[in-house]
Amino acid sequence: MTVGTVKLKIDNVEVAVPEGTTILEAAKSNGIDIPTLCNLEGLSGYGGCRLCMVEIHGSPKLFAACVTPVGMGMEVITQSDKLREYRKMAIQFILSERTHICAVCVANNACELQKLANDLGVDHVMFEREWTRLPVDSTHDFLVLDRNRCILCTRCLRVCDEIEGVHTLDLKMRGKDAQVIIDLDEDWANSSSCTSCRKCAKVCPVGAIYVESVALEETKDKGIAEFVLSRRNRK
Amino acid sequence: MTSTSKVRVATVWLSGCSGCHMSFLDQDEALIDLAQQIQLVYSPIMDVKVFPENVDVTLIEGAVANEDQEELLKFARERTKILISLGDCAVTGNVPGLRNGITNSADAVLKRAFVETADMNPQIPTDVPTLLPKALPLHEVVKVDFYIPGCPPPADLINWVISRLMRGLPVNMEGRSKFG
Ligand code: SF4
Ligand code: SF4
Ligand code: SF4
Repeated sequence: MTVGTVKLKIDNVEVAVPEGTTILEAAKSNGIDIPTLCNLEGLSGYGGCRLCMVEIHGSPKLFAACVTPVGMGMEVITQSDKLREYRKMAIQFILSERTHICAVCVANNACELQKLANDLGVDHVMFEREWTRLPVDSTHDFLVLDRNRCILCTRCLRVCDEIEGVHTLDLKMRGKDAQVIIDLDEDWANSSSCTSCRKCAKVCPVGAIYVESVALEETKDKGIAEFVLSRRNRK
Repeated sequence: MTSTSKVRVATVWLSGCSGCHMSFLDQDEALIDLAQQIQLVYSPIMDVKVFPENVDVTLIEGAVANEDQEELLKFARERTKILISLGDCAVTGNVPGLRNGITNSADAVLKRAFVETADMNPQIPTDVPTLLPKALPLHEVVKVDFYIPGCPPPADLINWVISRLMRGLPVNMEGRSKFG
């Protein structure tokens, strides 16, 4: 089957990309940067964090660039005052759901949430905090899950399922009450499916899954999913 | 320059570790320049008992954790033109806010500090200000005009914000607010 080419405008620049490409991929391949948080190359699109929202000319709605396919003749705007305000608000919603009082993260520069908040100039949370207190699982030999820092981006779930292929991690509950669970809500030490591969810790954008005694900046590896896929596709 | 033409600045220490004040003092030689332009009218580093009238800028460190602090904060707000949350405890609740997820946190922390871990005379003191049910960020209690996050905020950032405000320039925190 031949794949057609779609022509569109992103920030007034004419681009041509293969049919089925997402707006995010089209922008990226043409050097246009759209902020993302739940998105990770090599993993399926999720569209959960809403940081990558863009405007499409002719529609009053905003679209998540990571899960919206390009369309012929589309005019996409990736930067505007309106988008900036909404992105700042999205960060504040995320920050307000959990406490995010992260003693180490203040100093280590390894948090994507902190970086985005900084880039966008989010200097406080305008919504009332809930001060949730969620269980921390430190039963595994070296992996720790601190649900109080989790932003529910599901990168860990997707890497465990789609790349490691074991689907140890999942979510229970809904919305902001959702929590990452291990197997059928077991302690990590009792997991029969986890291979202890650490991929979940490598892709977690914050410090919610980490390897004990290893600095976060050393653990993180956003390229891990793509790397594994590239090895897998080798003939 | 007469003292009346100087910008009247106050600093307040609520529930914090004083680290934010240390960072303020860490401005080194820039403090000398600043001192020429401001008049410090109230601060934990000076002996003034009552928060004065007509303050131009007040920088406040720490979360609002007890009734006295709540009263002082409201009082400072009434008497200040520009009120700034200084540091993560003031901006988010941070360390004092760690108790907020515990049920009856005020009783629980007092019991922990003065009874469970006491070597002698375990008893909850009665002559200290009553703790609020939660340690709150300032803007959940009063209107805050500017925020300088960080634990503590870097001295350069504090200096940058104050100098911009004194020159009437906009304060845009993009790329500067290390918010955690
Ligand atoms: S260590 Fe590997 S197998 Fe275990 S939960 Fe994390 S990604 Fe899945
Ligand atoms: S644990 Fe980390 S990777 Fe997993 S959902 Fe939470 S924030 Fe995302
Ligand atoms: S923000 Fe950090 S440095 Fe400032 S008072 Fe709180 S704990 Fe201390």
